[in-house]
Amino acid sequence: MALDIEPILGRYAHIAIEGVRHRIYWEEAGEGIPLVCLHTAGSDGRQYRAVLNDPNITRHFRVMVFDMPRHGKSSPAPGTVDDDYSLTAAHYVAQIMAFCEAFELDRPVAMGCSIGGRIVLHLARHHPQAFRALIGLQSSAHVDPYYDTGWLDRADVHGGRMCGAFAHSLMAPTSPSEHVDETRWHYMQGGPGIFRGDLHFYRGAEGDIRDELAKIDVAACPLHLLTGEYDFSCRPEDSRALAEALGIEVTIMPDMGHFPMSENPEVFLGYLRPVLETVRAAQAA
Amino acid sequence: MFDELTRTAGPGTPLAAQARGLDMRLMLRAGEEDTLLIIRDGSVTEARRGPHVTPSWDTRLSAAPGDWEAFLAAVPRPGYHDIYALLRNGRMAWEGNLLPMMQHLMYIKRLLASLRPEVA
Repeated sequence: MALDIEPILGRYAHIAIEGVRHRIYWEEAGEGIPLVCLHTAGSDGRQYRAVLNDPNITRHFRVMVFDMPRHGKSSPAPGTVDDDYSLTAAHYVAQIMAFCEAFELDRPVAMGCSIGGRIVLHLARHHPQAFRALIGLQSSAHVDPYYDTGWLDRADVHGGRMCGAFAHSLMAPTSPSEHVDETRWHYMQGGPGIFRGDLHFYRGAEGDIRDELAKIDVAACPLHLLTGEYDFSCRPEDSRALAEALGIEVTIMPDMGHFPMSENPEVFLGYLRPVLETVRAAQAA
Repeated sequence: MFDELTRTAGPGTPLAAQARGLDMRLMLRAGEEDTLLIIRDGSVTEARRGPHVTPSWDTRLSAAPGDWEAFLAAVPRPGYHDIYALLRNGRMAWEGNLLPMMQHLMYIKRLLASLRPEVA
């Protein structure tokens, strides 16, 4: 029987982020328009395995997924392992811009989920000229705290088990168990404190972009929104409110939770491919 | 509503094996009706229906009977599929010492989900 090898290639690059050298792991597949994918808080790039493996997409897009520092196979910057990690909007934007600039990507598409769905709004606000399109999955302008994130990182609770269980909560009960398990396993493997630290950006004031939505010009850089109906973190009504404020459409995905690309990849690809076709059509026009 | 847990998570069940070492008194409240689960070494050994006199428990999860029923549907609808979803929507209260629940969150979620009818 022939060995089934995926077309994904993973390597390390040394990239300076805000002047600090980082060893960043990224995976990529395909050729064409760069499509940079941004994983959720506390997880890593494996969430986009189905996008990287989809020949319908990689035929036209160079799909690139990097693990944020501290996540997946991208270690913390030297000397920062024990720092009290809290992600800021400015640092998150800097990571993405540094990655795109290091690879000299020509106006890539950026697609992010959850915190990634939030940061694409910041990219739309501050760097619309750098991207040909942005895709927000589970994207909202803000989230009010509704639970104590301290439970995600404390000495008397196993962080991996806790984060995995919480990620499980955010998925749809109809998603395939194989992919639900894969998705929560990524969370179970996360470094201590990274989920909680990422949520510093996601919840509350740090990443709240409501006051700047009016300054986002979706004509300068098209923005596409896709949201799963089972997500209670970024609820459909949150994405609808965002879409209304920006004057754009949002697609609500039935039977889908907070991690569409990872918890139910095949169904998600059915939603993503037409969006990417729209991007290609705009390129050709 | 919760009596079956002594069967689904009783001694020797796969569920009990997921929480070895856990001793906990988990109160489940549906409206005004309380059921106290006695959990020993991960097994639900008793499901004591109220009313209780001077009840003592570690953690209490409270929701309206209709919300519990929606949660326990074979395929619960959005907003009702998980205890965090119910918490987020203001349909469930978590009270008491949450530590034993948080230390065994996946187990507690599976414990409650064990009451759902199996999807054919």
